Amino acid sequence: MTVAARPRLRGVVGESAPRSDAPPKTQGAFAYASDLAREGMLHGATLRSPHPRARIARIDVEAARALPGVAAVLTAADLPTKVKFGLMKLDQLPLADGRVRYAGEPVAIVAAEDPERAREAVRAVRVEYEVLPAVTDPVAALHPDAPRLHDDGNVIEDVRVVHGDPDARADVVVEDEYEVAMQDQAPLGPEAGLAIPDPDGGVTLHVATQWLHEDLRQIAACLGLPERKVRLVLAGVGGAFGAREDVTLQIHVCLLALATRRPVRIVYGREESFHGHVHRHAARLWYAHGATRDGDLVFVRASIVLDGGGYASSSSAVVANAACFGAGPYRVPNALIHAVGAYTNNPPAGAMRGFGAVQSCFAYEAQMDRLAAALGMDPVALRGRNALRDGDRIVTGQAVEGSAPVADLIRRCAALPPPAPPPGLIAGEVDLTALPGGVGNVTRGEGVRRGTALAVGFKNACYSHAFDDFSTARVRLVRERGEPVAYVLTAAAEVGQGIVGVCEQIARTELGVQRVVVETPDTSIGSAGSSSASRQTWMTGGAVLAACREVKAELARRAEAHDRVRRTPRDGEPVDVDLAPLLDPPIERTVTHRHRPTEPRDATTQNAGHVAFLFAAHRATVDVDVETGIVKVVQVATSQDVGKAINPLAVVGQLEGGIAQGLGLAVMEEVRLQGGLMRNASFTDYLLPTTLDMPPVVCDLVEHPHPDAPYGAKGVGEPPTISSTPAIVAAIRAATGRELNRVPVRPDDIVFGTAARSGWRMRPGADPRTAVRM
Amino acid sequence: MTERLLRFTVNGEPREVRVADDRRLVDVLRDDLRLTGTKEGCSVGVCGVCGVLVDGALVSACLYPAVFADGASITTIEGIARGGTLAPLQEAFISEGGFQCGICTPGQIVAAAALLAERPRPTDAEIDEWMTGSLCRCTGYAGIRRAIRKAAGG
Repeated sequence: MTVAARPRLRGVVGESAPRSDAPPKTQGAFAYASDLAREGMLHGATLRSPHPRARIARIDVEAARALPGVAAVLTAADLPTKVKFGLMKLDQLPLADGRVRYAGEPVAIVAAEDPERAREAVRAVRVEYEVLPAVTDPVAALHPDAPRLHDDGNVIEDVRVVHGDPDARADVVVEDEYEVAMQDQAPLGPEAGLAIPDPDGGVTLHVATQWLHEDLRQIAACLGLPERKVRLVLAGVGGAFGAREDVTLQIHVCLLALATRRPVRIVYGREESFHGHVHRHAARLWYAHGATRDGDLVFVRASIVLDGGGYASSSSAVVANAACFGAGPYRVPNALIHAVGAYTNNPPAGAMRGFGAVQSCFAYEAQMDRLAAALGMDPVALRGRNALRDGDRIVTGQAVEGSAPVADLIRRCAALPPPAPPPGLIAGEVDLTALPGGVGNVTRGEGVRRGTALAVGFKNACYSHAFDDFSTARVRLVRERGEPVAYVLTAAAEVGQGIVGVCEQIARTELGVQRVVVETPDTSIGSAGSSSASRQTWMTGGAVLAACREVKAELARRAEAHDRVRRTPRDGEPVDVDLAPLLDPPIERTVTHRHRPTEPRDATTQNAGHVAFLFAAHRATVDVDVETGIVKVVQVATSQDVGKAINPLAVVGQLEGGIAQGLGLAVMEEVRLQGGLMRNASFTDYLLPTTLDMPPVVCDLVEHPHPDAPYGAKGVGEPPTISSTPAIVAAIRAATGRELNRVPVRPDDIVFGTAARSGWRMRPGADPRTAVRM
Repeated sequence: MTERLLRFTVNGEPREVRVADDRRLVDVLRDDLRLTGTKEGCSVGVCGVCGVLVDGALVSACLYPAVFADGASITTIEGIARGGTLAPLQEAFISEGGFQCGICTPGQIVAAAALLAERPRPTDAEIDEWMTGSLCRCTGYAGIRRAIRKAAGG
């Protein structure tokens, strides 16, 4: 028998290995959804409502249909079914029928020979609207007298967490209200899809999405087709961050392809992208924290209103997260948290990185600082004193299994190397580029103050509350030109996070095979769930691991039968197996991986509703020009428990990138709404952090493996975006002494110290529907 | 709208395209020449994902009328690697985590190539100043900075 000398494998678990999509992505050869084209392809475009709330009296499409080069103009009257779509609640028709509930809601779609003619046809559609007064304040929307925006009322979700004694009293109590503005995920790749009609009356859709199978379910239902007649293939995804979890153009482009019997592509421009996808929920939060004089937390009470906008999307789960994680990663014996998601006539809100945990973390971390001030304690010490420990219960009554290294993260993060001291800021020697605002700052730095502060946050990994969370992987080990090659197929969406590399590294490690090919995800295999909730490494990584182990078991059986194995004397493990001769026929195994079941949510949300928790701490240092209100973030340091870094470089990338989005929410990113209308749907007006805004990040990866996760690898994507925002705002508070109860912090909040006031009186912990206008 | 014949060089190859006067360079590259490595992200010249070199100068192809490029030499991301070998910048973007989703990466690499052509050993401040016109939503820029430093031999 030939015994192959096994060369050391490159790119196994634990290495910062390049992933297979790296060369094409750096050469412009990677095909994003917006790059796809087919011979004879038509171009789709969408007519959207200019009004946030209106009745549609009449739509006249005749002029549009008569234009040269126009192949189809479709409205609600042309929909094959009246089935609605929605990620968690089916509440929206693909094209508005009679009512529009937000400015930007699709009303008609067209397909034409080129994009210009498609846009012209959109302009030629005549719609008569009866404009109604828009409901744009989510607290007002919950009022019993508010107009009903949907037949079942304006409450999308209502979650109450009641833990211990909800009426507990404490020596020291701090209370305030907080506001989080709407944030846009702003993936740089626009929404895009190419639909190709199939000869059997079905359709194939190439699309940039986070969740192929969930799209499939909604698309097929709205097309009136059985799911087997709709096939989805993942096209290159140019960023997601939650924006691609919902259906945007998927149903439209399929409708147009089926109507015209030709391939149709839709690509959104930037402005349409802002209107086309859901955003991070704007939030109002009223918090009260109580503690003993020694600084032990006694209670947290909070009322939270999330603005769901015109349609529900994933609001129900976002509301649940805001409530479940609303007391922070602390031991809190008594809690009363009441969170409600409201329908309004604002643009719909749904998933964005951090998913509900972001909004409440901003508020509870501000409260912790306020409490520390009231107690005369160091805020870092107060956090450490109350930090969750292994086995402690969070306010939903669930004990943290695995580890809860919160105090350790706080300690480590606080000890990370600080940035250089501020440059000399007075007189002619000042480095203008080092000032907040750079050379645009016309002062000489007299008003620059430095501040440093720390925040911690947490959230769940994977899906919660009894959701059947699974991923499916097929691993095929074959012989090609005498060498073993592993093919891995899953439906997991590579959105940039690097799940392709994770699958490659796991398969390499498990199978001992250098060459691993991750195939293009499609719906020919079972669902992988969404690339969200920091779950793909855990779930799809876990599925690939399990499938590889089954392949390996079969390999061992074959080796045994062929007597092609030598065993180590110590543990009897097969060694130095020449795989290639054992792969005729190839070995193929498909495995569906589930995490252990979680409990459903009950009336007081006292359940083991989550499979695991993710923790991170952030320390921010800022220079603030108190005269102009300009903030320069000087450094962000982070300690995060990642369980196990399968690819340390990729993990660091998640931390650095997530912190950039947290920085954006802290000081610049806000979808500006006025009467339900989006006023800054462009990158000239919606500001994203640039190289000049983004400071160096110091990353400290802490590895406490989780027993259920592959190699112990916890999810890493979301925690960087959760506590980075409150850390930066706390640092600005430290520099300025201002209250700053709203993000993003605006220059005038710093200069004038104006706190955000909702105009509603709310007793923290009470039902948000009982808010009283002041 | 009048049309005219545009003659230019793209990644070293002479090309001829009949274009309308108002056609943007990004459309000529992506649709007419099917060089889809150049992306479009904001359409207002802010995000930098459409960055290409026109006679060595970095421009936003989404704002640049194609007719302005008549007679010019254009370099797109497809022209950065030579003879199938990745350029040092491309290698560095891979080894330093300079991309995730990758859609801004063509623009980042083209912009960085322009920087290194002008300043072969840029300081960190010069890197940040130059690259501020190239947005990235995934990496937080740290990997991009590392990559440019590495490609510059730093």
